Amino acid sequence: MNKTKLVNLPSDYQIPERDSDKTPILEARHLGIDFGGLTAVDNFNMAIGRTEIAGLIGPNGAGKTTVFNLLTKVYQPTRGTILLDSKDTAGMNTEQVNRAGIARTFQNIRLFDKLTVEENVKVGLHNSTLYNMFDGILRTPRYWSKEKVAHERALELLSIFDMQGMANQKAGSLPYGAQRRLEIVRALGTNPSLLLLDEPAAGMNPSETAELMDNIQKIRDTFMIAIMLIEHDMSLVMNICEGIAVLNYGKIIAKGTPEEIQANPAVIEAYLGKQKEDE
Amino acid sequence: MKLLRNHRAGLDGFINYGLVLVFYFIMQFLQNGGNLTSTFTSQLVPICVYMIMAISLNLVVGISGELSLGHAGFMSVGAFSGVVASASLMESVSSAPLRLALAILIGGIVAALAGVLIGIPVLRLNGDYLAIVTLAFGEIIKNVINCLYVGLDNAGLHISIKSAEALGMDTAGKLLINGPIGAAGVTRISSFFSAIVLLLITLFVVQNLIHSRSGRAIMAIRDNRIAAESTGLNIIKYKMMAFVTSAAFAGMAGTLYALNLSTVVAKKFDFNTSILVLVFVVLGGLGNLRGSMIAAALLTILPELLREYQEYRMLVYSIILILVMLITNNDTLKDMKQRAVMKIKTVLNGSNKSTKAKQAGGAES
Repeated sequence: MNKTKLVNLPSDYQIPERDSDKTPILEARHLGIDFGGLTAVDNFNMAIGRTEIAGLIGPNGAGKTTVFNLLTKVYQPTRGTILLDSKDTAGMNTEQVNRAGIARTFQNIRLFDKLTVEENVKVGLHNSTLYNMFDGILRTPRYWSKEKVAHERALELLSIFDMQGMANQKAGSLPYGAQRRLEIVRALGTNPSLLLLDEPAAGMNPSETAELMDNIQKIRDTFMIAIMLIEHDMSLVMNICEGIAVLNYGKIIAKGTPEEIQANPAVIEAYLGKQKEDE
Repeated sequence: MKLLRNHRAGLDGFINYGLVLVFYFIMQFLQNGGNLTSTFTSQLVPICVYMIMAISLNLVVGISGELSLGHAGFMSVGAFSGVVASASLMESVSSAPLRLALAILIGGIVAALAGVLIGIPVLRLNGDYLAIVTLAFGEIIKNVINCLYVGLDNAGLHISIKSAEALGMDTAGKLLINGPIGAAGVTRISSFFSAIVLLLITLFVVQNLIHSRSGRAIMAIRDNRIAAESTGLNIIKYKMMAFVTSAAFAGMAGTLYALNLSTVVAKKFDFNTSILVLVFVVLGGLGNLRGSMIAAALLTILPELLREYQEYRMLVYSIILILVMLITNNDTLKDMKQRAVMKIKTVLNGSNKSTKAKQAGGAES
């Protein structure tokens, strides 16, 4: 278990001590969304430090993925503000939020199945592979040089998960674990400052999960970015997350370090205790 | 081998250019030898036109994943604007090939504009709206051109939707489009050679577009819209790019088609023609340019070849369609094909590469 100390910001949100000299990369204030009469998420407050690995946990149906969809503007929030790098993201759509620095993966894997692994990563690199339609059609020198850079960068990113060998396979034909890893690589291609991982370890066995844990930390250390993850695997969450928020019925019921969360009676009652009974 | 795989896309493209050239030379050879019937010769330009139509529709249906049911509408727009352009340029541009090129360009631009007009509202929506709107577009264009009168005199172009008299031309005026009678007395300047050139240009543009960042974006949006959006792609921009490019080439094919005939009527570009082109695309394989090209060529020639069985022609035609569909979707046959390809690859590896390649081949088996 890691021992990062959290410090309080003036706004009363917590981020790791080492990030406290900079403003948080993401700050969600009083975020909420209603679907008809149903309030799916309400009064969601959270700050994430520049190099923090943050966790979002909670029972099924608590609204975790909805929070991700709000942050990436797949849903437009009914209430509240999202500050990305101190800039308000109000009025932005999913595409613009990505360009502004949030990349994500999906709980139900969403790859470009008929494209190859390398092409999937190159789509992630789309906004840094800059040439126009006519360069592409006429194959100008700019096309060749930018494509060469994209090719090399794609292989470099794939090497994080040791996937260079699969570069020419169709993404849809990859095994499940590799598909999850490819989604992370594609997201990294968009050069994010905040990476949202929606259940990255789902369907993985313990050794794969352990490997993933190392890789998530490696990604944070190499790219120096913030990572926020939704995960049901408690060993993963408690081991690598520095700040954790617990969501239940759309509301945050606890926030803090892994130790604090594990000792929190509200969490044990709402989540961990209940899970023990199930077992 | 690795180099080859990386350039597979390019190699695929060259095979397509090669096929077109082989087709051209065989036809030329047969024609010079007097082995082609006159009806067959008259089909050469339409074959190329339908190949271009199939490639351009494949860009929308196969690559971009949107269904378009009004491709003949763009062909029609291109055909009639091309006819008007060709007649207007008759005096200023004396060289027929140059006039043809300009007419094709204008036909393409006008069809592209029509594509932009349709695309802007429709491509913002999710779902099958494009199919419905393009279906309507095809019918609307047909009816508009059916009551369109265009004349040319010394004062320039005259346009009316009432009657030929309402154009108010002087006595030297020439009627270019005469409502339901269509465009009569068109100067035929299309040739098999120009059709092949346009076909090669279409292939060049569409293939290179597909294998660029724009093409990747278009296919990514097809495969998963939400993921594409979350990866920072501008969905509308790339859908428009595919749709408008496709419309432009349909327009150019339309001009080529119209300038190959002496009389062009709007009724030719109806729903049946749109569906015919869609059949080429589906039969040849969604996203498979070569397949749709071959399907277009064979299905255009087929009715001609079946001329001997006049009475049963359409029956045989439909049976062949069904058989091809069944065969191309047969898993056993697909397996056999894959195994054959693998075998050929291993043989190639063994014969022209060093021992290293042999080892790799051996390790595989």
